[in-house]
Amino acid sequence: MTNKKAYPKAWLFVLPVVALVAFNALIPLMTVVNYSVQETFGNNVFFWEGVKWFEQVLNSERFHASLLRQLTFTGIILSIEVPLGIAIALTMPTRGIWVSVCLVLMALPLLIPWNVVGAMWNIFALPEIGLLGQIINGMGFDYNFTQQPLSAWFTTILMDVWHWTSLVVLLAYAGLQSIPDAYYQAAKIDGASGWAVFRYIQLPKMKRVLTIAILLRFMDSFMIYTEPFVLTGGGPGNTTTFLSIDLVKIALGQFDLGPAAAMSLVYFLIVLLLCWVFYTLMMRTEEQ
Amino acid sequence: MARISLQDLRHSYLDVPRTEDDWALKRMNVEWSDGGAYALLGPSGCGKTTLLSIISGLLMPTEGRVLFDGGDVTDIPPDQRNIAQVFQFPVVYDTMTVYDNLAFPLRNRGTAEVELDGKVREIAAILDLEDTLKKRASGLTADGKQKISLGRGLVRSDVNAILFDEPLTVIDPHLKWILRSKLKELHQRIGTTMIYVTHDQTEALTFADQVVVMHEGTVVQIGTPVDLFERPKHTFVGHFIGSPGMNVLPCTLEGATPYFDGVPVPTEHPAPGNGGTERLEIGVRPEFVSFAEDGIPVEIVRFSDAGRYQIVELRHGEHLIKLLAPEGAALPSETAHVRFDPAHTRIYADGWMMG
Amino acid sequence: MRKVVWLAPTLYILFLMLPIYWLLNMSFKTTNEILGAFTLWPQEFTLDNYVKIFTDPTWYNGYFNSLTYVLINTSISVSVALPAAYAFSRYRFLGDKHLFFWLLTNRMAPPAVFALPFFQLYSAVNLFDTHIAVALAHCLFNIPLAVWILEGFMSGVPKELDETAYVDGYSFWRFFLRIFLPTIAAGVGVAAFFCFMFSWVELLLAKTLTSVAAKPIAATMTRTASTAGYELGLLAAAGSLTIVPGAFVIYFVRNYIAKGFALGRV
Repeated sequence: MTNKKAYPKAWLFVLPVVALVAFNALIPLMTVVNYSVQETFGNNVFFWEGVKWFEQVLNSERFHASLLRQLTFTGIILSIEVPLGIAIALTMPTRGIWVSVCLVLMALPLLIPWNVVGAMWNIFALPEIGLLGQIINGMGFDYNFTQQPLSAWFTTILMDVWHWTSLVVLLAYAGLQSIPDAYYQAAKIDGASGWAVFRYIQLPKMKRVLTIAILLRFMDSFMIYTEPFVLTGGGPGNTTTFLSIDLVKIALGQFDLGPAAAMSLVYFLIVLLLCWVFYTLMMRTEEQ
Repeated sequence: MARISLQDLRHSYLDVPRTEDDWALKRMNVEWSDGGAYALLGPSGCGKTTLLSIISGLLMPTEGRVLFDGGDVTDIPPDQRNIAQVFQFPVVYDTMTVYDNLAFPLRNRGTAEVELDGKVREIAAILDLEDTLKKRASGLTADGKQKISLGRGLVRSDVNAILFDEPLTVIDPHLKWILRSKLKELHQRIGTTMIYVTHDQTEALTFADQVVVMHEGTVVQIGTPVDLFERPKHTFVGHFIGSPGMNVLPCTLEGATPYFDGVPVPTEHPAPGNGGTERLEIGVRPEFVSFAEDGIPVEIVRFSDAGRYQIVELRHGEHLIKLLAPEGAALPSETAHVRFDPAHTRIYADGWMMG
Repeated sequence: MRKVVWLAPTLYILFLMLPIYWLLNMSFKTTNEILGAFTLWPQEFTLDNYVKIFTDPTWYNGYFNSLTYVLINTSISVSVALPAAYAFSRYRFLGDKHLFFWLLTNRMAPPAVFALPFFQLYSAVNLFDTHIAVALAHCLFNIPLAVWILEGFMSGVPKELDETAYVDGYSFWRFFLRIFLPTIAAGVGVAAFFCFMFSWVELLLAKTLTSVAAKPIAATMTRTASTAGYELGLLAAAGSLTIVPGAFVIYFVRNYIAKGFALGRV
């Protein structure tokens, strides 16, 4: 598709899209920028504050703590979901009726409303009446996610793995399916071991899909709100309060417009920056 | 290097084949002599790739045995049969250098680095890949990559046969004949058994010493290119080989002489006795059809100039006959008569040559 | 070793089904049984929870509301994305690459950042607590996604198809609707699927922009959870019902799931 026609009127085609997205993106962003540099004490009276809110946010311990929690969370789930997803995709059937069955069942968690996911895991993990809670306590551990930070983290991570690994599986599976048989045949003739096939044929050919999968999981986990909020409410205390949860508390809970707005911008910028870094790193390894 | 024998081979892709059509490969017995250069020629779907896969071990035949130098290898997996296969599109390990690609099969067998280094460089020299050894395989052009594929097969000194499955499909036309010559040169130099699958008769006829022609799962003829051209044992061979292909016309037998639509067609290869209820046909190549004073009445449909000769299409009733005339020869205007050279006219019963 | 390989997907699927099973289990129990004893399946099987949901408007309206804004959003997103994707795929115009990139960055926007501004924006235009508000708000994320997916599919269709149609005398719209769309039908399906999926599962914005009239089922559920009687059985039933539309959709597109991922952008 290198020979596209130059056609200025093509703007008419994209106008509806631009209008709708801009309406939803630019106006709110302008509002946020507006708030982030002003102070109000109510009655719609605003005072210019410059970078005060930004300084406050960037120096606040609360923000640092949320950011740290968020980075830890994202780091952990990426390191679990990506290898796990690839491993399962490698073992899935490639022909026959079981393919459909597998795909449908695996896709199911992806289509459950996020609050239901949270509620489901809440019920599932409650120490007294939840299946998981009973099993873990039965094994001798002292497990209560509503009161212990470690249990809360464990449950939140397990929930996210349950929820999103299938996305990695589906993407990796699609990538694997696109590898022509001849590669496997050549490998057989060359006497390659299973590990060599994975390392030299499957993994390289899945690079593009995996890039998308990792990028998506990184972005979405960094912005996670509903599931952990419904599961733990951010607690116990604030031990599972990730960035979005904290932001919503400040914005909608406390209605602190200025700090909320500043935090929003910083948050957005961090996401964009990390995405850009990730993307460039992955494109660079592909170039080599 | 090995002599390959296929005994009573038959293959079906279905679990329970019922009719003859369910068999992708009909029962066959084929011998491939040690060091021969073979072409496996036939149209798409005739079973050539299936046959190749059975020889290489990627496919287990439903019936029959595969023997290498008399030893039964039917149950032995591909990497232990010591064969090499080059596929339709280049199969290289993208993340490795050209050197590592070539060394891969040897490393998998545990060959010492010192030993394999010599082998890799030797093969790279033969294939003109020396300059690219340090480069990543993914950076080469299609023909370079096919050479790597070929090279991976050659590095193993004990390779029994090299199998090619339409290897020039993705190569640019002007590079095709360079690679073809290289393959021929390779065969003369190394002398390994080579089996080259193709649907292109030019490739087959220029590469091979012996051509195996396949049609609908059956081996219809094995012979030198000249054999196939002059003595096609099956109407399909006559039709498929040569451009344009052989004329095939229905005939009847009266005594030993074939008659086409009431006109006697003399032939030096008469039918041994009357067959009976088979479908009888005459086969004669356009090269051996000529205009004459009398013979079969025809009308001229069209002629096309093919450079050094002209192809004339004639019609008799509802049958088309093709004739090759020398360049610049004068052609009759609308109607004429043609005769067939008796030395090159043959009779076919149900497609197979009689006599 | 080869035979045991199927153990991995089997165990994984079992792991996926376990919490869902537990939810279903709860939904058929009475509150007494839930709080009183720990049982692996209902000892006193009851349909009361489901009956309550099907007869109480506060509950079943939640489902209607959710389905309504999801369908509105999917229709809008896909319809406006189609011409835009076509433009990106076929034409060069001023700022096209930057525009495309800007669209994708919206997919990277944290919804939490937009919660408050959306609340103010949609209140300001008098769309607060309407289905269209949520549908439009979700466009922020779904339109870029739809454009991205559709552009990928469209790029796979050779331009010769367009040119042949013009030579044959088709007007643009007739060509687009009669010839082009059927060719990329799989792509439209994939785009619609993802739009549906994201809009159906999203809670934060849906809850922020509604209060009573367009309240999605998600909001109704969370309200129940925070009131003093912990009606777990009812909650479980409501949750179980939300899985149904998703299951339906996956079932219908099951043949396209892997194909769609493969053909489109990967």
